[in-house]
Amino acid sequence: MSRLDFEDVTVRYGHHTVLDGVSLTVPEHQIMGLVGESGSGKSTLARAAVGLAPLSRGRVLLDGRPVQSQGRRRPIQMVFQDPSSSLDPRMSIGRSIAEALPERLRRAPQRAEIARLLRLVHLDPDRAADPPARLSGGQRQRVAIARALAGRPTVVLADEITSALDVSVQGAILNLVREMQRDSGLTMLFISHNLAVVRYVATHVAVMAAGRIVEQGPTDRVFAAPATAYTRKLLASMPGGGPRPGP
Amino acid sequence: MRRRRPEVLRTPLGIVGITLLVILALLAVLAPLVWGDRATATHTDNMLAGPSPEHWAGTDNLGRDILFRTLVATRLSIVLTLAATIFGVGLGLLLGMAPLLLPRRLGRLVVAFVNVLLGFPSLLMVLFLAVILGVSTTSALLAIGIAIAPPFARLVYALGAGVAERDFVAAARIAGVHPLRIMVRHVLPNIAEPLVVNATVTASSVLLAFGGLSFLGIGVQAPQFDWGRLMQDGLAIIYDNPLAALAPGVAFVLTGLALNLTGEAAAGTFGAKSRIRTTRSLTERRSVSPRSNTRDADTDLVLDVRDLEIAFPGPYGPVSPVRGVSIALRAGEAVGIVGESGSGKSMTALAVAQLVEEPGRVTAERLTFCATDLRSGRRTAHDALLGTSLAVVFQDPMTSLNPVMRLGSQLGEAARRHQGLTRRQASARAADRLRAVHLSDPERRLRQYPHEFSGGMRQRAMIAMGLMGTPRLIVADEPTTALDMTVQRQVLDLLQEIRRKHGTALLLISHDVSVVSSICERVLVMYAGRIVEDLPAADLYTQARHPYTRALIGAVPEMTTDLDAPLATIAGQPVDPRHVPDGCAFAARCPRVTDRCRQEEPTLQAGPAGTVACWHVGDPLPAETKEVAVG
Ligand SMILES: Nc1ncnc2c1ncn2[C@@H]1O[C@H](COP(=O)(O)OP(=O)(O)OP(=O)(O)O)[C@@H](O)[C@H]1O
Ligand code: SF4
Ligand SMILES: [Mg+2]
Repeated sequence: MSRLDFEDVTVRYGHHTVLDGVSLTVPEHQIMGLVGESGSGKSTLARAAVGLAPLSRGRVLLDGRPVQSQGRRRPIQMVFQDPSSSLDPRMSIGRSIAEALPERLRRAPQRAEIARLLRLVHLDPDRAADPPARLSGGQRQRVAIARALAGRPTVVLADEITSALDVSVQGAILNLVREMQRDSGLTMLFISHNLAVVRYVATHVAVMAAGRIVEQGPTDRVFAAPATAYTRKLLASMPGGGPRPGP
Repeated sequence: MRRRRPEVLRTPLGIVGITLLVILALLAVLAPLVWGDRATATHTDNMLAGPSPEHWAGTDNLGRDILFRTLVATRLSIVLTLAATIFGVGLGLLLGMAPLLLPRRLGRLVVAFVNVLLGFPSLLMVLFLAVILGVSTTSALLAIGIAIAPPFARLVYALGAGVAERDFVAAARIAGVHPLRIMVRHVLPNIAEPLVVNATVTASSVLLAFGGLSFLGIGVQAPQFDWGRLMQDGLAIIYDNPLAALAPGVAFVLTGLALNLTGEAAAGTFGAKSRIRTTRSLTERRSVSPRSNTRDADTDLVLDVRDLEIAFPGPYGPVSPVRGVSIALRAGEAVGIVGESGSGKSMTALAVAQLVEEPGRVTAERLTFCATDLRSGRRTAHDALLGTSLAVVFQDPMTSLNPVMRLGSQLGEAARRHQGLTRRQASARAADRLRAVHLSDPERRLRQYPHEFSGGMRQRAMIAMGLMGTPRLIVADEPTTALDMTVQRQVLDLLQEIRRKHGTALLLISHDVSVVSSICERVLVMYAGRIVEDLPAADLYTQARHPYTRALIGAVPEMTTDLDAPLATIAGQPVDPRHVPDGCAFAARCPRVTDRCRQEEPTLQAGPAGTVACWHVGDPLPAETKEVAVG
């Protein structure tokens, strides 16, 4: 079981209310997409679930229980938007991943596990000793994903994980996300501004505007028959502005 | 990583500073062993003597040799300085890290406490503490340590808070790494450089403070002696023998100088790393490569780049991430560059903006911006031209925005320098530009720091910064990557609007074919540092002929993509610029590859729509019509 519930979650920075009573259920073993304008509070919602944003009201529950935020094993992991700041520039990528492993391993099994994780995200295991500066943005983001998976989470929060990636890599990562989800039954909150990407990976989608959820439901229903004007506006602003002739 | 010569040792200041420090360290170790006896031997028959061949700096009131005493005192002076500095720095580290580790409330209390301590003049504090703790060397040491702790604590806190803000720290917290371990492993190493610099400079004031206390008689007590005490002894006889006070004085000055020079030099190298360094290594290349575009010198070109090559030194010979790229842009023209990460798109943009960092070398047969040859001439003249006429919007807004400056000052800075606006005008202009990029409440935003912005907002702030002037060319490197669809649309519309109004040329770099094709007239496709296809954007979806271009187009998920099949991806990895293969660089991933491709490199050839570098554009597709490997 791994259902993630946000109940009446409210986050304020000073007088600025970023999240305003958000209630949202991420169904277990499903990928829920979260779309919405820049600054609407998508990242803040994810950060609230892992204790990185202060709740002024409400709570976040994992399977009906408050999320564990102590100790070595963390069932919720997060992958961030900005690949340039998501890895410690002074640490080799192998060490960054090792740090997230839930239990201490001996040298050889640890090396094997890091290699497995790197291969999982299509990186050459020989690069484990490289510092992040030697990696391109897309490669760093793949390391960040490997690090999140290292913690063997039941829920993964993915905040714009493909927005800084190449389309070719994006395809591979999206395939990877779906594959992982299918194989391990991960529950995921998948934040993205790209509706086509969300449509492809997510079974459910929630639309956020100005700190509130304005619409949610199965992806095909929401995208085929949007109930609010806001969602229609989002759909209309896809680049190209509509259907495009095929090659 | 390989160890290099420490950067401190690359500047004359640093060399002098470090050399002095080494000499002092040697003296501290050796002097008491070699001259210890002579420094303490009393000669009642030769008291208060002036300089002589036996006693170069004379003798004191017990007939002891002043020069040797000064040399021998090096050890105590330096040991005490180090001890007090270490104690103070340690205390400062604790006080500075505490607010980052303690619960919020308690942390604030510590910050407030440190701020109160900072209010006391430190000399006063030293005197106060020295009196309270009693007169002894130990209490002087404690007093000085306690006095230097608060400013150091504040520095630790300010720098540490900046690093703690970053995602890798958040990731470690989510992974369940203990906060103390996060401090030691992630935060401290990333702020170590400025802390070391600061501690070095602090040590020189500790030296003086200790000397001062000894001089006043509340530091080192007889029979021990440090330079401060020697100074006091010397002052009593200054009219008989000025050297008695001068010798320890010189020791003070030299040691202070050594510490300060080293600190300054270290600070200089540290600062240089965070600033963008540009190379001035442009050299003309005479050989005309066949790849260079044959268009003649054209005066209404805003940007004219031919056969651009960028090379970095590597362990096995130079590595070239950009190899023979030519781009020409007219006023008002929008050209897009697409390609995977590592294909050299961003490096090309950096070279145009003269921002390639050391040790990169940029060479080109032609590199002309607004009719000015950027390869020669005075640097300052180019800076002014680039500052006003070229706007660069980068992929990663956080690295281009200064985290410790309010947005308003950052936007205003350039406008005030290059356009001579007053502070008020600059701030009005900044607010206007923020409104233009559709940031709500611009006046409030101007007073905020970059970390208070969402990813998308930072990106728009960056674009606003580029628009503070009226640029002739905007180089935008992935400007909308982090933006949601609505804002992306607005930003692209905004760029279009600027182009139309001011005839600004646009070089738009993106990995997203749909973004580039939606606003550019021409699209350049880059692979492994070369342009492999150049065609009108309108023809991109219908006329693209290079297998790589077609694969890029096929990899973008659309609202109609089949949900049951895996997405199309390009098999294999992009080419590592360290190992560029012979022949066509795309060969390893290409569905149409033949032996010829692996041996001979194709060059750009004109076709019905644009130019393309591929041997097999005309050939029919291989058996399966899908050009991209699925998986
Ligand atoms: N530490 C902070 N202090 C003050 N305000 C903040 C802080 N972090 C976020 N905000 C504010 O919260 C709001 C939502 O930010 P958030 O990062 O959640 O947006 P987002 O929907 O993820 O946008 P994007 O798609 O651009 O990343 C913004 O108005 C932002 O200014
Ligand atoms: S030259 Fe050969 S390998 Fe290169 S893109 Fe064309 S067909 Fe493919
Ligand atoms: Mg965000």
